[in-house]
Amino acid sequence: MNTPLRRLSVVVLVMFLALMGSATWVQYGQAGALNDDPRNVRTVYRDYGADRGPIVVAGEEVAYSTEVDTPFEYQRVYTEGPLYAHSTGYFSMYQMTGIERAATSVLSGTDDSLLWSRIRALITGSQQQGGSVELTLDPAAQQAAYDALGDQRGAVVALDPNTGAILAMVSKPSFDPNDLAVHSSSEVDETYNALVADESDPLINRAIGGSLYAPGSVFKLVDAAMLLESGDYDPDSQVPAPVELELPQTDHVIRNPGGGPCTSEDTVTLTYALQVSCNTPFSALAMEFGEEALAEQAEAFGFGSELDIPLTVTPSTFPGDMNDAQVAMSAIGQYDVRVSPLQVAMVSAAIANDGVLMEPYLIDTERGPNLQVTSQTEPNELGEPLSASSAAQLRQMMVNVVENGTGTAGQISGVSVAGKTGTAESGTDAPQHAWFTAFAPAEDPQVAVAVVVEHGGAQGDEATGGRTAAPIAAAVMQAVMDR
Amino acid sequence: MATVAPQQLRTGRWSEAGLLILAAAVGVAGYFLVGLSLEGGPPPHLVPVGAVLVGIALVGHVVLRWRAPYADPVLLPLALGLNGVGLAMIYRIDYAIGESAGPRQLVWTALGAGLAIVILFVLRDHRMLRRYTYTSLVVSLVLLLLPMIPGLGQEINGARLWIRVGGFSFQPAEIAKITLAVFFAGYLVSNRDVLTLAGPKILGLQLPRVRDMGPILLAWLASVAVLVFQRDLGTSLLFFGLFVAMLYVATDRFSWIVLGLGMFALGVLIAVNTFGHVAARFDVWLNALEPEVYNRHPGGSGQLVQGLFGLASGGLMGTGWGEGYPNLVPYSNSDFIVASLGEELGLTGLLGILLAYLVIVQRAFRTSIGVRDGFGKLLASGLGFGVAFQCFVVVGGVTRLIPLTGLTMPFLAAGGSAMIANWIVLGLLLRISDAARRPAPVDQSVSDDTVLTVLGADDGSPGAGEQRHSGAGGESPGAADHRSTGGDDHPTEVVRP
Repeated sequence: MNTPLRRLSVVVLVMFLALMGSATWVQYGQAGALNDDPRNVRTVYRDYGADRGPIVVAGEEVAYSTEVDTPFEYQRVYTEGPLYAHSTGYFSMYQMTGIERAATSVLSGTDDSLLWSRIRALITGSQQQGGSVELTLDPAAQQAAYDALGDQRGAVVALDPNTGAILAMVSKPSFDPNDLAVHSSSEVDETYNALVADESDPLINRAIGGSLYAPGSVFKLVDAAMLLESGDYDPDSQVPAPVELELPQTDHVIRNPGGGPCTSEDTVTLTYALQVSCNTPFSALAMEFGEEALAEQAEAFGFGSELDIPLTVTPSTFPGDMNDAQVAMSAIGQYDVRVSPLQVAMVSAAIANDGVLMEPYLIDTERGPNLQVTSQTEPNELGEPLSASSAAQLRQMMVNVVENGTGTAGQISGVSVAGKTGTAESGTDAPQHAWFTAFAPAEDPQVAVAVVVEHGGAQGDEATGGRTAAPIAAAVMQAVMDR
Repeated sequence: MATVAPQQLRTGRWSEAGLLILAAAVGVAGYFLVGLSLEGGPPPHLVPVGAVLVGIALVGHVVLRWRAPYADPVLLPLALGLNGVGLAMIYRIDYAIGESAGPRQLVWTALGAGLAIVILFVLRDHRMLRRYTYTSLVVSLVLLLLPMIPGLGQEINGARLWIRVGGFSFQPAEIAKITLAVFFAGYLVSNRDVLTLAGPKILGLQLPRVRDMGPILLAWLASVAVLVFQRDLGTSLLFFGLFVAMLYVATDRFSWIVLGLGMFALGVLIAVNTFGHVAARFDVWLNALEPEVYNRHPGGSGQLVQGLFGLASGGLMGTGWGEGYPNLVPYSNSDFIVASLGEELGLTGLLGILLAYLVIVQRAFRTSIGVRDGFGKLLASGLGFGVAFQCFVVVGGVTRLIPLTGLTMPFLAAGGSAMIANWIVLGLLLRISDAARRPAPVDQSVSDDTVLTVLGADDGSPGAGEQRHSGAGGESPGAADHRSTGGDDHPTEVVRP
């Protein structure tokens, strides 16, 4: 019986080696991914009592840890609370969001870049402190956006078109992250449950996530870019502008805003079509160019791409497998086209930056506990959705929109602004979403902005992109240019 | 690992004493650190915990010197060390969830170790158990049927494995695994010749005769019955695995393993297709991290994934005693105590624990190889394999190597019946190892003085000589088999041409 016994003991040895292998896989190989899983509250628990580093905006700490007399020792304080809530996120006993989560390894001091600092802390016996994260946000622009949106639901994103740095990111309604950072689980539960139950979804960062919005006429910038890029059209090309455009295989017709004709003529220039935001020319041309050409242009602007800024951005979508009628609707930003305000700002920013699309980013620098810079974000090109010459033409057409067209409310005295309005049906009987996207100064752009006011905000049914959203955009751009 | 180097006869009792001090210290220190971490000072039950662990070491050592002086010197220290670590973790989790499982486990530990010592006293020779081969079968069946009796049986988490008498619940299957091992050993040692006979050959595999397949079929049916009526996959697997392993050891027929694995696969296939909870287990295993599986109630992967999170947050070095959050996992002191230990002691600690089990199991096999009688060989290997199999099913389940099934981690997990059963297993292994390592009496059938001298220079045991024979079997194919001197015992090696 000894031979089978020996064999069996080898089998048992193999069984144990398999166990050791799988334990190593879980505790070492997979450990990083498992620890980063948002359902793993241990990471929060473990980091919770840590002296985390601050989140800094323009030299001011907007989130920092302060010593308190509870078992966790350190509590997070958000100096401006709701103003930066969707960027900083919150750091509660149960979870963390926003930059608190995306940069948690730096803030808690566990990042690989802080290894030496950790070793030093180990040797000297001092407590490891977290590093700091400096955001790209401009406090004046952020405040302007926050104030201008007021109590209306919606979002504002402002970018530096030359680098992709995010200068303002506001989502309304907001919330106070301080209420979620307290060291009482019952209070946190109560606050959190109330926020989740709130039908206005204050926890959702509408600028980059949530269920996104139909873009309406701001999508015509994508149409126009496609037309100019084709080489067959320039700003002065005559395009058909019927009063009604019958959609094939349906009994729907597309009309222009207000239901009337664009002009008394049957055709208009492309510049004029954008100026007054005629629907029929863009829909007709989109059917002619087809779904794929339009989708290609949209994807060049970033539609459908994953983005981490490092907050996760919900990709904007341009639908596929459409019939002609659906293509025509998509061309005017209806049907199933869905965008984030950040995506719309990226379209404007690319046009402003001579056709080059820069990757948006929210973290400027990361520093160790000794304030030494450990990481500095370098601007990164995402692509070139349109040529410099097309960009220059489109820029001129957008300047015309603000000077003579639907976007006059976006004017800033002494500065030439390029913009485009949008008024998007939200698919329900509720009032339409008001959009405005713009950049300024047109000749040397410093800021590109996108504004959406959900369901027209305070103006309700009376709202249009030009009337409701454009003044907000103007205020934000003004704030950036004033600094 | 079965080679025996010529050496002086050493019982290893002094090594054992040293190891026992270490083992008791591991448990006491663990519990002390729990106290330091969670209340900044010595924990409240330090004295009783220390008294029980040191008491087991002391009494165990003295009794072994007295009643089983040749017993394997590492078995008791390893079991005591594991038991101490388990106790410390159970007390530690009591802090977090406000239970008092620790004191109960301490009582069970004392009772279990006491029983092991009683076994060393009462059971002078493990071969006495062979007389109770069929009694063991009856006892096993009764134990397995007890939970099915209305009023007595208790259903917990869908499995009908417990009985409740007075204030105590007990899991008879834990004891049944020992009585079944005794029965299998007794039955197989008497019938192995028949089971070894060759039957039809299929695909190059020598199958046993069909008429001899009765016992394996019966064992299979019994384990399926456990699965169906008690809804416990783990116990069912353990029984069947135990039988197949022991059958293989008894017959050296690889075909039995193939047959067993085939039947096992068939059983699993039927179970997956018939029972929702078994299918759900597989789903949980394969798609544990999927949100819909994770959030499903009941039968989701929440517990498993929380255990994985705990293991991951422990990382290489662990959080340290009392510094983690093992209580986030349901059953963190019983079914998932491995995840709790992995979290606080890290991969390093978990590998150490696994090594401790591996050494226990390999020592059981070593005993099995060394002991002279077939019954002892089968019993020791069966008991050892049972421990290994439980470890594999539990740790494999927690680390997602295999689907999760409910078995307890020997000596670690909270639970009285398992604690008692595992200490009985340890007592039996100590008793058999004493026989395995004991020098053969001079006045028995070995008549050749020169042989005795040679063997005496070796290890002093005919068993060692036998090993050398089988170890060098290729060199001396015609070597006469060595018959043991144990009176009514069967030959330990069958001559095969």
